[in-house]
Amino acid sequence: MSKKWKHAIVIGASGGIGEALVYELAKEGVSVGLVARRGSELERVALKARTISGPSTTHNHQPAPKFIPFIHDVTNYSEVPALLQEITKQLGGLDLVIYNSGIMPPIAKDEYNFAKDKSIIEVNLLGAFAWLNEAAMRFQNAECGTIVGISSIAGERGRRGMPAYMTSKAALSTYLESLRNRLSQHGVKVVTIKPGVIDTAMAKDSPNKLWLYSPEDAAHEIIGAARRGVTVKYVPWKWRMISFILHSLPSFIFRRLSF
Amino acid sequence: MSVLPIDHLEKIEGWGGAVSSFGYVYRPATVEGLREVFELARRSNRNITFRGSGRSYGDAALGAENIVLDTSRMNRILSWDPNSGIITMEPGVTIEQLWQYIIEDGWWPPVVSGTMYPTVGGCLGMNIHGKNNFKAGPIGEHVLSFDIMLPSGEIKTATPDSESELFYSAISGFGMFGVFTSITMQMKKVYSGLLHVKAWTTKNLHELFEIYQQHIPGSDYLVGWVDCISSDEKLGRSIVHQANYFKPGEDQNPAQSLRVSNQSLPNTILGIFPKSFVWMLLRPFTNNAGMKFINWLRVFVSRLPVVGKPVYEQSHAEFAFLLDYVPGWKKSYGQGGLIQYQSFIPKESAEKVFRKQIEMCQEAGLPPYLGVFKQHKPDKFLFTHSVDGFSLALDFKVTEKNREKLWSLCAKMNDVVLANGGRFYFAKDATLRPQDFKAFLGEETLKKFAELKKRYDPENILQTDLSRRLVL
Ligand SMILES: Cc1cc2nc3c(=O)[nH]c(=O)nc-3n(C[C@H](O)[C@H](O)[C@H](O)COP(=O)(O)OP(=O)(O)OC[C@H]3O[C@@H](n4cnc5c(N)ncnc54)[C@H](O)[C@@H]3O)c2cc1C
Ligand SMILES: NC(=O)c1ccc[n+]([C@@H]2O[C@H](COP(=O)([O-])OP(=O)(O)OC[C@H]3O[C@@H](n4cnc5c(N)ncnc54)[C@H](OP(=O)(O)O)[C@@H]3O)[C@@H](O)[C@H]2O)c1
Repeated sequence: MSKKWKHAIVIGASGGIGEALVYELAKEGVSVGLVARRGSELERVALKARTISGPSTTHNHQPAPKFIPFIHDVTNYSEVPALLQEITKQLGGLDLVIYNSGIMPPIAKDEYNFAKDKSIIEVNLLGAFAWLNEAAMRFQNAECGTIVGISSIAGERGRRGMPAYMTSKAALSTYLESLRNRLSQHGVKVVTIKPGVIDTAMAKDSPNKLWLYSPEDAAHEIIGAARRGVTVKYVPWKWRMISFILHSLPSFIFRRLSF
Repeated sequence: MSVLPIDHLEKIEGWGGAVSSFGYVYRPATVEGLREVFELARRSNRNITFRGSGRSYGDAALGAENIVLDTSRMNRILSWDPNSGIITMEPGVTIEQLWQYIIEDGWWPPVVSGTMYPTVGGCLGMNIHGKNNFKAGPIGEHVLSFDIMLPSGEIKTATPDSESELFYSAISGFGMFGVFTSITMQMKKVYSGLLHVKAWTTKNLHELFEIYQQHIPGSDYLVGWVDCISSDEKLGRSIVHQANYFKPGEDQNPAQSLRVSNQSLPNTILGIFPKSFVWMLLRPFTNNAGMKFINWLRVFVSRLPVVGKPVYEQSHAEFAFLLDYVPGWKKSYGQGGLIQYQSFIPKESAEKVFRKQIEMCQEAGLPPYLGVFKQHKPDKFLFTHSVDGFSLALDFKVTEKNREKLWSLCAKMNDVVLANGGRFYFAKDATLRPQDFKAFLGEETLKKFAELKKRYDPENILQTDLSRRLVL
């Protein structure tokens, strides 16, 4: 049996890192179910993915890969079980699920806004639970599969900037670690991705542009790490050092830092 | 749309292990249970794939993300008349169950495959042939009637005379029209549990055809084991086995030889080695050099005056199910599994085509490790694989590395087969392309297929990985 991935779902595929991930998979001839709210953007990405994967790869005796958009708001949690099965059915199988949806609404320095915080948790965290719990059940029963969660270096320590966003990513990283520990005995890989600053719509408003990285390069590294079944991957890798330093700083110093 | 319970998900492989997919497997034990699965499929908007023992080599009994309706638990014998030899059974009865049930009354299944593990339902789905195809025709010719449940839940009874269109298309119809729920067949009277067996070795392919021509008229069964590794003047050298029934009265103690315990395969090979471990011994040989040695050994042993004596007696089971001697032998092919390429060629061009195929394999550096040769006759079933001619079944080891090359080789061989009016067999197939499917069945049969599909399965619920690969 070929160990190559054939079927993947990318949640949050309508732009930024998710879009680049779809193209990276298209290059390898993987069929992808594209999930997000903006249907027209999904169509655009699917169309481009089809041209990247080539008109048809029947020369290597495989059917041409499919790229199918599915409009869905990840906060409609109850839709997820049926939708995951429907996508899997239309693709003809499932080897890889990437949860990439995320929001980072701007928060002013002294702003405390429950509505914003709630929406961040709903998209970045509860949406991930809804999707990845289902993916975990499927893969556990199938005894194979790869789950990738796009977390962030923002979850490493609670800095001043965006308390709820950072919390959402810290929680997501912990959740992914738990999933990994549950699933590894079933042959399922769970990969935590911690990007630094990636040049997407999200990063536009961010004041911090240290080591700005292109979504294409990020996607290439993410898929590579997922293939190798790396447990935690910083993108680019330099952020691992920063993370180490951040974790080593005692709180009385850390609270004086201005970023 | 309702969600299917995830704990029904199973990875399902073709018997060769080279293709697989995941499906939601249900194993109902009753006709009522079958009906519930059809309803579940409708509720959850899923396709259904029928599966018996999964002894088809490729993707004929796989259905990615489908409901896989496995009939192996519907395995009761419903009635048996030892005077007339007429038996009625559920579709999940295996060939093994069947012969063991009837033999002590002096009967044997009229057509069996090289392994005894397939279900009767699966055998009708493919309309299997035996080593006696040139004489007995396919299994379908021994079916008196069957009941079939259509996707609508309606049960129809078909015989060669009533509902004959359904009869001649559901048998051979690779699970595309409905699920057999009950099958009535005529068994073959035998007067001994033994067969007279004769063996010949041939120096090359041409001699193989000569031996066949000479001995077909006097044979009940005839099969050739072809060494596909030797080349040039030795290309296609073979061992031919003939088996003939005993005449009434010839066996003085038929009750003895007909006992199931006297039929069974010995549990050890050469009396010492437990047969379930034999595949481990074979493993070092499943490379080109190793198989060359094995093929040489086979010919050598068969020439030894004692071991390979050319005339002997063998039980029905031993002769028919040689491949079951080495349980798990396919494991010796390793991780990537194996595929079998079997083509059926009209007699005028068979020798030329098979020579060409063996040469093509050798040139590609992909010599088949085993070739099995049989003679056939045409039949009336709609999706028949048979021809007035011969078939050669070639076993190939599949690896991650050779996969591309192997599939291309098969595609090239398909072109040769089609150019010579040959046919293919879904039970073995994993590599046919849609254009090959179209070409060998022909315009008229394809039109008929579409028409019957519309009549019996208008929602196109019944699909397999094979049908999705080929029926475009
Ligand atoms: C070692 C070996 C030797 C073999 N030798 C021979 C041989 O000599 N001659 C030969 O002809 N074949 C041979 N075969 C092939 C085998 O006989 C066929 O593939 C047969 O169909 C297998 O039966 P199964 O019960 O495993 O069916 P499956 O492989 O599970 O299914 C076969 C087809 O029948 C359909 N089906 C299954 N059950 C039903 C049902 N109840 N109602 C309707 N459709 C159904 C399936 O959808 C599928 O299309 C051999 C296979 C092996 C592994
Ligand atoms: N950019 C960075 O610097 C950076 C750094 C670290 C981590 N990350 C993480 O990387 C991921 C992708 O970020 P990005 O930079 O590519 O951002 P982006 O360009 O804004 O893309 C975000 C994606 O999430 C989807 N999404 C948002 N809300 C959704 C909802 N309610 N339902 C479904 N999908 C929703 C969006 O699709 P729709 O709007 O069409 O629904 C879009 O596809 C995020 O999880 C982010 O936190 C980014």
